[in-house]
Amino acid sequence: MERDLAKYWPVFVLPTVTAFAIGFLVPFAMGLYLSFCDFTTLSNATFVGLGNYVRAFEDSGGFTHALWYTALFAGVSTVLINLFGLTVALLLVRGFRGTNLFRTVFFMPNLIGGIVLGWLWQVILNYGVLARYGVTLVTSEWYGFWGLMAVMLWQQAGYMMIIYISGLQSIPGDVSEAAAIDGASAWQALRYVKLPMLMPSITICTFLTLTNGFKLFDQNLALTGGMPSNRSQLLALNIYDTFYGRAGWEGAGQAKAVVFCLIVVTIALVQLRLTRTREVQQ
Amino acid sequence: MKKLLAVLSIALLVVGAVTIFSMAEDTAIPQPSASDAPAQTASPSVAGAGSVYYLNFKPEQSQQWQALAKTYTEQTGVPVTVVTAASGTYEDTLRSEMEKADAPTLFQVNGPVGLKTWRDYCLDLRDTALYRNLKSDDFALLEDGQVLGVAYVIETYGLIYNRTLLDRYMALDGAVIQSADQINNFETLKAVAEDIQARREELGVLGAFTSAGMDASSDWRFKTHLANLPVYYEYKADGITSTEAIKGTYLENYKQIWDLYINNATCEPAVIGAKTGEDAASEFALGEAVFYQNGTWAYADCIAEGLTDDDLGMLPIYIGVDGEEQQGLCTGSENFWCINKNAKPENIEATKAFLEWVITSDEGRDALANQMGFVTPFTTFDAGYTAHNALLDAASEDLAVGHTPVSWTFPTMPSEAWKNGVGAALLEYAQGTKEWSAVETAFVDGWASEYAAAKK
Repeated sequence: MERDLAKYWPVFVLPTVTAFAIGFLVPFAMGLYLSFCDFTTLSNATFVGLGNYVRAFEDSGGFTHALWYTALFAGVSTVLINLFGLTVALLLVRGFRGTNLFRTVFFMPNLIGGIVLGWLWQVILNYGVLARYGVTLVTSEWYGFWGLMAVMLWQQAGYMMIIYISGLQSIPGDVSEAAAIDGASAWQALRYVKLPMLMPSITICTFLTLTNGFKLFDQNLALTGGMPSNRSQLLALNIYDTFYGRAGWEGAGQAKAVVFCLIVVTIALVQLRLTRTREVQQ
Repeated sequence: MKKLLAVLSIALLVVGAVTIFSMAEDTAIPQPSASDAPAQTASPSVAGAGSVYYLNFKPEQSQQWQALAKTYTEQTGVPVTVVTAASGTYEDTLRSEMEKADAPTLFQVNGPVGLKTWRDYCLDLRDTALYRNLKSDDFALLEDGQVLGVAYVIETYGLIYNRTLLDRYMALDGAVIQSADQINNFETLKAVAEDIQARREELGVLGAFTSAGMDASSDWRFKTHLANLPVYYEYKADGITSTEAIKGTYLENYKQIWDLYINNATCEPAVIGAKTGEDAASEFALGEAVFYQNGTWAYADCIAEGLTDDDLGMLPIYIGVDGEEQQGLCTGSENFWCINKNAKPENIEATKAFLEWVITSDEGRDALANQMGFVTPFTTFDAGYTAHNALLDAASEDLAVGHTPVSWTFPTMPSEAWKNGVGAALLEYAQGTKEWSAVETAFVDGWASEYAAAKK
């Protein structure tokens, strides 16, 4: 077996490696190269060095604003989505009637695509709610911020809930029982028994929500489109607008994308490390 | 063993990636030989050898183009593909399509500013039937003696009004005017609009103007088309046709007309950020508003929504400049056909032949003039192929009474980013979140900085 594997492993590895190379490595390498180029279409690129990176941070491009706005959004949404998802999960493992129905209902928003979702909520929030007060989602960047937050909360909390439910269900019954016999209150049981046992779920959920918050694009495009004056623009939309919206700025857009990628990777790695260290062996 | 395996697989991965990447690089080498060589290669024009791929800009005419392409293929056997980009995504689509092996052979740019992006792809059209039949060089994009683009449709915009509603207003006691002709300057327009707004319940409308939709997909009506007027008057006063530093002499007039639009509309100024161009179109078609700033291309939509030719009229947009009684509608073009010179020679020939057929054959001329409703700048259309509908007729009447048409200056606006900046400032001013000075800054300073940025 071992020897066969040693002999034939390229055959097994090749399909995946090829797919990975075509779908990820090559575009990534090309993207990296293009960030140092001046180009209109990908095939007429000329090398220009670091100029694109300088332009990427010019004030008029709005990159720095998008950066802190996105960081704030990712931070707040991570906290809110996980709090909400965990709360719902805790309620729905109690075994009362209709649990499955509620789980399905909370999960459903995930099945709708981002653009449709963003547009639906744009109509609901603009015409159903804000019109009464004579404002819109684009009155200032904060209306857009909380509108986007509501949409993301609605969409993602259900997904995180499913992960938390499976985490809660895998906590061995004897541990909870022992805690109960020792006289732990509900809060103590949650804080000292369930949460530590849930750390693997928390790791994955915070990872997902944090990276989703940073990468968010569809909902942002459909809900506010970056208005007013690009101030509700998240990073991904800012990059898209730079790349497609401004002739001659394709390289700068590409440079922004590289910076963006580095930021997301760094944050994701740091977060994984932090939460991993808190995981306990069951 | 495991370590070796890991090292080997990484090595394979890297080698594989590098190979594929360098393969991609090989094909990605720019082709200076192709683009620097004289565009005229003497390849024989063999019908049937090539094919045509037209990336169409106008979704309104998508169906007619498809039908026309089919007719041509039936007659000549030359395959013609027509793809229409979704509204507002033409540049994105063109960019990705140009990347393909079968890139568009025929595409369009929106004027000198758009040409900058695509100059390396534009064939010199001097020896084509398209250029030979053009009425004047005003309708061509000329650069270094080369004809890089040819306009194919001349359009007109202004204040479209609902004739039936305006008649009903004029029948009211104490109406400010007795005939639509009397609106020939900003003051009268303002008086009429404000009176209609005040008596909107009596008239059964929601406002004088349709909502000024500032949703990013429709704010071009104000950040580009309305902004044309102050730019036009400044050019006229200074005797120039383009500039790298706009002064904003007529910004006060821009403010006047914008104030009039937003304060006498079907909705509060604060909520126009949520309104779209479709909202405005439907308000107008449903008779909820009397005035609607748009152009001849909006005709089909108005009719489809139930209005008739008798309901439609068009007025010039008056912004309060001295002598504007003689001002006409805004007429021009920002649709220029370009042939992709990097396409295969047989496809280039096929495209030239197709375009010649479009502007000279009965089927082609009928499709453009009668079905698509295009007023074209080609001499071949003079004999019996003049497009007619209520809005086009309003445009020709306006010329006939001796008004001076306002030319389209927006092909000289520095960039899309400049327009976006002005649009965003207009919206914020309307919402009350910024002062008018923000518009002035976006207009004047933005112009200079965008021209500077374009030079880099």
